[in-house]
Amino acid sequence: MSLVLNIFTIIAVLAGTFFFLAGTVGLLRFPDTLTRLHALTKADNLGLGLVVMGLLPQAEWPFDVIKLIAIWLFTLLAGATVGQLMAQAARRGQPTP
Amino acid sequence: MTLALAVDISLTLLVLAVAGWIIAVRDTFAAVIGFVAYGLLLALIWVRLAAPDVALTEAAIGGGLTGALLIGAAGRLRKTEAATRAEYPGVLIRTLAAILAVTVAAALAVGVLALPDPAPTLAPAAVASLATTGVGNPVTAVLLAFRSMDTLLEAIVVLLALLGVWSLAPDRAWGGYPGPRHHADPDGILAYLARFLPPIGIIVGLYIFWIGADLPGGKFQGATILAAMWLLVIEAGLADTPPISRTWLRVLLVIGPLVFIAIGFAGSITAGAVLAYPEGYAKPLIVAIEIALMPTLVLTLALLVAGTPQRMPPQ
Amino acid sequence: MRWVKRMTIPDFLLAAAVFVLVMVALGLVRILRGPTDADRMMATQLFGTGGIAALLLLGVAMEVKAVLDVALTLALLAAFASVAFVQGASRSDGDDPKETNSQ
Repeated sequence: MSLVLNIFTIIAVLAGTFFFLAGTVGLLRFPDTLTRLHALTKADNLGLGLVVMGLLPQAEWPFDVIKLIAIWLFTLLAGATVGQLMAQAARRGQPTP
Repeated sequence: MTLALAVDISLTLLVLAVAGWIIAVRDTFAAVIGFVAYGLLLALIWVRLAAPDVALTEAAIGGGLTGALLIGAAGRLRKTEAATRAEYPGVLIRTLAAILAVTVAAALAVGVLALPDPAPTLAPAAVASLATTGVGNPVTAVLLAFRSMDTLLEAIVVLLALLGVWSLAPDRAWGGYPGPRHHADPDGILAYLARFLPPIGIIVGLYIFWIGADLPGGKFQGATILAAMWLLVIEAGLADTPPISRTWLRVLLVIGPLVFIAIGFAGSITAGAVLAYPEGYAKPLIVAIEIALMPTLVLTLALLVAGTPQRMPPQ
Repeated sequence: MRWVKRMTIPDFLLAAAVFVLVMVALGLVRILRGPTDADRMMATQLFGTGGIAALLLLGVAMEVKAVLDVALTLALLAAFASVAFVQGASRSDGDDPKETNSQ
C-alpha cells in the first residue's frame, strides 16, 4: 500500500515540477505579455496543485492534509485575482523606460 | 549525505545571486522584486537550518509586508528617479562605499568563523528552565520570559518608527487619513478577493498567534497576517484608513507596551525583579502580554505600510 | 529500476524542491527583460508559487511540520503582496488607479 502511495507521490510531484519547468520556459520564451500570463497561471495552478497532491499521502491526517489543501486554494485564489489584475495592467500596458 | 549538501549549495548560490542582483540592478522596481525573492529564499534557508520560528517571521515580515512597503516607496520614487540618476556619485565615492561594505562583510565573516567550536550557547539552559514558564515553545519562552526586555523594547521601537512616519506629514494633514484613498471597481475581482480572503486570513492569523505558545508562531507573525488582511481591504477601496487623531486608535497603539510595562513593574513587587513573573503565574501573564500586544502590533504594522497622513476628513 | 530502490522518498522530494527553485529563479530573468511591469510581476508571482512548492517539498522531506504554517503564512501574504505590487505599479502611472469596468 505504501509503495503505491509513494509511486503516486513521485508521479504527481514529477508532473508538478514539469509544470514549473513549462511555466518558466513559457515566461522566458513566449512572444507577448498575455501568452506569458497563460504560461504563468498554468504553473501556478497545476504546478503547485500537483505538488500538493503528491505530498498529500505523506502528510498526517487530518490537519496537515487540510493545511496543504488550504495552501493550494489560497494560491489558486491569489493567482486568479492577480492574473486578472495583471492582464488589466498589460492592456493599459506601456513599456517602462 | 551528498544530496542534502547539494541542496544547501544550490540554496546558497541562489541567495548570493539574488543578493548580487539587488545591488547591481539599476531599476528600483526590479530591486524590490529581487528583495522579496531574497526574503523567500532566506525563509527556505532557515528551514534548512532547522529554525522554523525564524523562517515563519522571515516569510511574514521579509516577504509580505516589507515587500508592500518597498513597492509603495518605489512607486513614489519613480517620478524623481531619473533626476537622481543624473547626480550619480563619482568613482571615488563608489569605490570608498565598496571598500566600506567589503570591510564590514569581512569583519562579520571573521567574527562568525572565529567562534569557538562548539559555539557558546545558552540553549540547554533555556530548555532546562522551560518548565518554569509553562510555555511549550522555547523560542517564545526566551522572547517573553528570559529576554522579555528585548521584546518590550522591540514593541516600543516599531511604535517609534510609526511616529517617525507620521512626523513626515504636512501640517495641514496632521490628524488626517494615512495614505491615498484607494478606489476599485466594487464588482471587480480585487473587491471580491478583499471580501473573500480576510475572513479566512483572520482565522489563520489568530491560529498562528495562538500556537505560538507551543509551536513556531506568535504575535508578530500573526499580527503581520492580520495587518495584511486589513491592508487588502483598504487597497480594494472597501474601507479607509482611520484618521490618526482617533482616540481609540491611539489607545490601542499604546496598550500593548503599557500592559507589558505594568506587568513588568508589578513583577518587582510580586516576584522581586522588574519583568520577572511570580511563580505559577508565568504562563497566564505571558498570554496576557501577548494578547495586549496583538492589537498594537496589527495597527502599527498596517499603519507603517499605509504611510503618512495626507488627507483631512471632508468638512 | 535499481535507482528507485536506492533513492528514498525524502531524497526525491529534496531534489524536486531544488529543481523547482532553480526553475523559478531562472524565471526572474524576465524582470530584466520586461518590457512591461506586468511581465516583471509575473516573474515574482511564479517565484512566490515556486517558493511555496519548494518549501512544502523541503518541509515534508525533512519532516519539519511547522513548515506547513510557514507555507500557509506565505500563501496568504503572497496574495497580499502581489495585489500591492499591481496597485503600486499602476499608481506610478500618475493618475488615480481606478479599475475600469470593461467586461
